[in-house]
Amino acid sequence: MPKITRWHLKIGLIYFIASLFLAVLFRLQPFTSITPQIHTFRPVYYHMLMVGWMTQIIIGVSIWMFPRLTRENPRGSEVLNWLTFYCLNIGLLLRIASEPFISLGSPSHLFSYLLFFSGILQWLAAISYATNIWRRIKPK
Amino acid sequence: MPQLSLYLIRSSLIYFVAGFSIGMLLLWQKGAYISAEIWKLLPLHLELLTFGWIIQLVMGVAFWILPRFSRSPQRGNEALVWFAFVSLNIGVLLVGFQNLLPLSAIWGLIGRMLEFLAVLAFATNAWRRIKPFAE
Repeated sequence: MPKITRWHLKIGLIYFIASLFLAVLFRLQPFTSITPQIHTFRPVYYHMLMVGWMTQIIIGVSIWMFPRLTRENPRGSEVLNWLTFYCLNIGLLLRIASEPFISLGSPSHLFSYLLFFSGILQWLAAISYATNIWRRIKPK
Repeated sequence: MPQLSLYLIRSSLIYFVAGFSIGMLLLWQKGAYISAEIWKLLPLHLELLTFGWIIQLVMGVAFWILPRFSRSPQRGNEALVWFAFVSLNIGVLLVGFQNLLPLSAIWGLIGRMLEFLAVLAFATNAWRRIKPFAE
């Protein structure tokens, strides 16, 4: 299993655990002193599960298992592979760090900027992944 | 990788990029008000990424890697999976764009029914291929 796949899968597992931990907190909230504002994390929870876990393991496993591009260059551009990894994860972290504060009505512009860059980084991840894996979707 | 998987997976990648592009606009709208109209794209964002990206990708990979039959046709009834491919994609577009265009609600229902038929056709073919490799 290549290094890039190991990173995707391990970070994906962390998001998987963290998102389900949040899901438990949402259900615990009515029975405990957890603030009802925890529910502002719902979009973050959903994206940790669907982007941080599901999409990330799809990307990681496909880089590993899809037909090789060539014998000399089996996984296409390693630069694009790592760009995908960093953009996806930094983008998602920026979202986690900013979106709940915007939902809570924070007047700071900082969170708006972070969310703006989060969108760009995740979009770049999608473009770089699709560009690189496209050429590997071929008959063996 | 068979031709049909190639179509399913490449189509899923197109939805992936389209869905993330809409997601970027929705994030920008959350951070800095652009236009409330952007929220109309939310159902399309969900449809493209759930059915267009993840479900279609899984179908494409499953058609490729599930155990094959020893006799031809080795991947079962390909006509069923071709039907699933066409039906799923028309369904995704109908459901996704029904609110946006806007189309009558009946088109959203037809879209969901096409997605259901696509899943039924795909599952019917995949069912027999869920077996030990040796058989």
